[in-house]
Amino acid sequence: MNSKPYAKKVQVQAQINGEPVEFLCEPRQTLLEVLRESLGLTGAKEGCSNGNCGACSVLLDGVLVNACLVLAVEIQDKRVLTIEGLAPREGLHPLQEEFLRQGAVQCGFCTPGMILSAKALLDHNPHPGESEIRRWLAGNLCRCTGYEKIVRAVQAAAERLSQQEAAVEVKP
Amino acid sequence: MSADPQDSVQEAAPAYRVIGTRPIRQDGLDKVTGRAVFGADVRLPETLYGAVLRSPHAHARLLSIDTRQAEALPGVKAVVTAADLPAITLEGDWGDNLRYQSQNTLAADKVLYYGHAVAAVAAVSPHIASEALRSIQVVYDPLPAALDVRQAMREDAPILLDTLRTDSLGQRGNQPTNVASHARFERGDLEQGFAQAALVVEREFETATVHPGYIEPQNASAIYQSNGQVTIWCSTQAAFGIRDDVANVLQIPVGQICVIPTEIGGGFGGKNSAYLEPLAALLSKKSGGRPVKMAMNYSEVLAATGPTSASYIHVKVGVDRDGLITAAQATLVYAAGAYPGSPLWGGMPAIFGAYRVDNLRVDGYDVVVNRPRSGSLRAPGAANAVFASETVMDEICEKLGMDVLEFRRLNGVRQGDRRSDGVPLPRIGFHEALQAARQHPHYTAPLGGPHRGRGVACAYWGNHGGKSSATASVHADGSVSLLEGSVDVSGTRTSLAMQLAETLGIPLEAIHPRVADTNAVAYTEGSYGSRTTFATGWVVYELGQKLIALLSERAAILWETSPDQVQFAEGVFSHKGGEKRLAFKELAARLDETGSPLMASVSLAAGGAGPAFAVHLVDVEVDPETGKVQILRYTAVQDAGQAIHPGLVEGQIQGGVAQGIGWALHEGYVYDEAGRLLNANLLDYRLPTCLDVPAIEPVIVEMPNPRHPYGVRGVGEIPIIPPPAAIANAIARAVGVRLTQLPMSPGRVLAARLARDA
Repeated sequence: MNSKPYAKKVQVQAQINGEPVEFLCEPRQTLLEVLRESLGLTGAKEGCSNGNCGACSVLLDGVLVNACLVLAVEIQDKRVLTIEGLAPREGLHPLQEEFLRQGAVQCGFCTPGMILSAKALLDHNPHPGESEIRRWLAGNLCRCTGYEKIVRAVQAAAERLSQQEAAVEVKP
Repeated sequence: MSADPQDSVQEAAPAYRVIGTRPIRQDGLDKVTGRAVFGADVRLPETLYGAVLRSPHAHARLLSIDTRQAEALPGVKAVVTAADLPAITLEGDWGDNLRYQSQNTLAADKVLYYGHAVAAVAAVSPHIASEALRSIQVVYDPLPAALDVRQAMREDAPILLDTLRTDSLGQRGNQPTNVASHARFERGDLEQGFAQAALVVEREFETATVHPGYIEPQNASAIYQSNGQVTIWCSTQAAFGIRDDVANVLQIPVGQICVIPTEIGGGFGGKNSAYLEPLAALLSKKSGGRPVKMAMNYSEVLAATGPTSASYIHVKVGVDRDGLITAAQATLVYAAGAYPGSPLWGGMPAIFGAYRVDNLRVDGYDVVVNRPRSGSLRAPGAANAVFASETVMDEICEKLGMDVLEFRRLNGVRQGDRRSDGVPLPRIGFHEALQAARQHPHYTAPLGGPHRGRGVACAYWGNHGGKSSATASVHADGSVSLLEGSVDVSGTRTSLAMQLAETLGIPLEAIHPRVADTNAVAYTEGSYGSRTTFATGWVVYELGQKLIALLSERAAILWETSPDQVQFAEGVFSHKGGEKRLAFKELAARLDETGSPLMASVSLAAGGAGPAFAVHLVDVEVDPETGKVQILRYTAVQDAGQAIHPGLVEGQIQGGVAQGIGWALHEGYVYDEAGRLLNANLLDYRLPTCLDVPAIEPVIVEMPNPRHPYGVRGVGEIPIIPPPAAIANAIARAVGVRLTQLPMSPGRVLAARLARDA
């Protein structure tokens, strides 16, 4: 007789996209599986399932990770940012706007991961050069664009973010 | 040389309002916010998860499959094997083809490649499904494998398909064989042509199996209801193609199947045919109609979905003292994978497609081997063929001391020349592209360092037209919804809506394009063959004309005149000789007064696809210690016809070049001697990253296709063709060795250098 092929579920509390979230998961479930299948956050994509394509990139306590390589139980008490939580209440994040304007989106499958990698970069260095941008995006595969327009979009977003910052600084 | 009249024709570009601009894509917002629904994002209540058991052998007889343990596992709802598929009794080639499709879905008596599907399960979680796979017991009788074409063509080779007989130039053989077919293009007198040559270069080439490498794996969700209706959600380039495949494999009428295409995470030709869809449907049927969702992992994608053919190619070209081609001959042997159907149809016309050759012979052999069934990849069969021919052309230029672009100017095809397959070429933009390359600063820029070289390669690609359909409805606020049969792989909702906006004289924002499911619109071929903006674009142009005619009738009712007294220009209907005018939007608001709501549909079979030409320049640096090739600069000139959305055209060119760079330098299947795929993951099958690909500069030449209302040619496929040859030629100029194998990995480049020095 087969034993029940389920592991006992674990309760996890975390903050996802600014909201407190509580869920049950099996210890073997990845963060990606829980985001997509349990929480309905399908913006993170499953490409290679082993950390080589970057389509599932999310930020975990501000650090860029592949959600397919993180177990869901590991996010206890941590903050997760997915593409669904990037845009402000109104409008879009400058990275999202520039991906649209520069034509950096083709099929769009790598786009959420690409944008989150770029976000991690700009949080780390708001004024990256082209080679630094390319290094930070090297973990995100895109088969459609040849990367050129993506790099331009990140450059343009970086410029706009620093202009916004400058605008904030001169405010009385 | 006398001036070609084609070179001196100057036409005033038509003044377009929408065409030629760069609006933001309608689907963009959903894609940057994560809201776009791709195949694996579909969520249905009560969903089961499917998984596939795959062969660990390259070639083996299937003696038995015992699924009882898997079926008994709690949470498992259905298990299927080939025994659950209906027998296909149709005879002849088409029957064989259907049987191959069925056997590729689930292996029947034999497995023919590592990764061949053997059984599938559906369970309440993906983890239980994969545990169930482990409890299925399969007994195999391993057979010797034939992994490459030359091995498979030997007389003592293991035979893959017992019933296969060679179709050689229309004659059917009578011996078991792995050679499915032999085709030939021939004209002139080859012997005499070579006799006239002052220089003959003859080389052999080998290219590896490569994969389209879309980032999104194949997926499918299906519901098979008890009344026989099947609904399938999947990422595909060809919703109707999937419908037909499922109908063929499950032997049910197409009317019972509705395919709902989702957003698609890349295709490049690889998502034209069904893999998981019939399995998901069958599992749903067997589990009482519950939805079954399946998605491949990337190892399955590489091992079991269509890569493009590995090939062996022989090329021989003769030229006279002035560099004029006197004869050209090629033999292309393509690995079809487990079932016939390699893309010789793409490679044979492409190999000398850019050249005027009076004495020509091209032979093609389609050979089955123990590898996954080949599928389409962007300009199928062309990049490997042109790698061979353009390498030989470059060697000829080097030996003659001739400028490589001058050689193409001298020998390049022009309007009226016959293609290799005999068809005369219509208006083309090859020489305009050559001129643009010659004038580009890249062509004369200093290389700026040692171990650097510049390579050039050209390409021809025929493009495809074909069948398309769309429907449009006019709403009271002046907006138009456009329901199109073409799946949007890379922005065609936008390029189609732009053509409709241009025709109707209304803003692009007033058009709401949507990809239809197979029950909502008439048959439309898949989004392949660089055909969508061309053929479906033609459909939406005709659709616009139809709406204008229908709206003119309504204006006539309002103005109490006859429709022929109503004229239309730039978005405004007016009464001939009168003062009355109604803008499109104003007339739309008054449809209610004049009768029924207003919609129109158009289907057509588009002939007249405009051939594309490309000229690529690349600078490389070769590391003398390691053989690693770094690409320093890349310029891709292409006749795009009228560019509807130049930003999207640039994206196609840049993406195609990047894919070609991967093919050239580091992609390729690695099998062990037993035929097991050793690099079935994205770490070891290495797609180019943004560190491997330089800033690619697209140069768009616009020679409008006279056989399309807006001058569209296809643009998507040709950019992948020249890169392997251009890079090989750059390596030759950099370090003096000619590479004849793809990929040109560091090891191969270094070995070639060392061999030359020794």
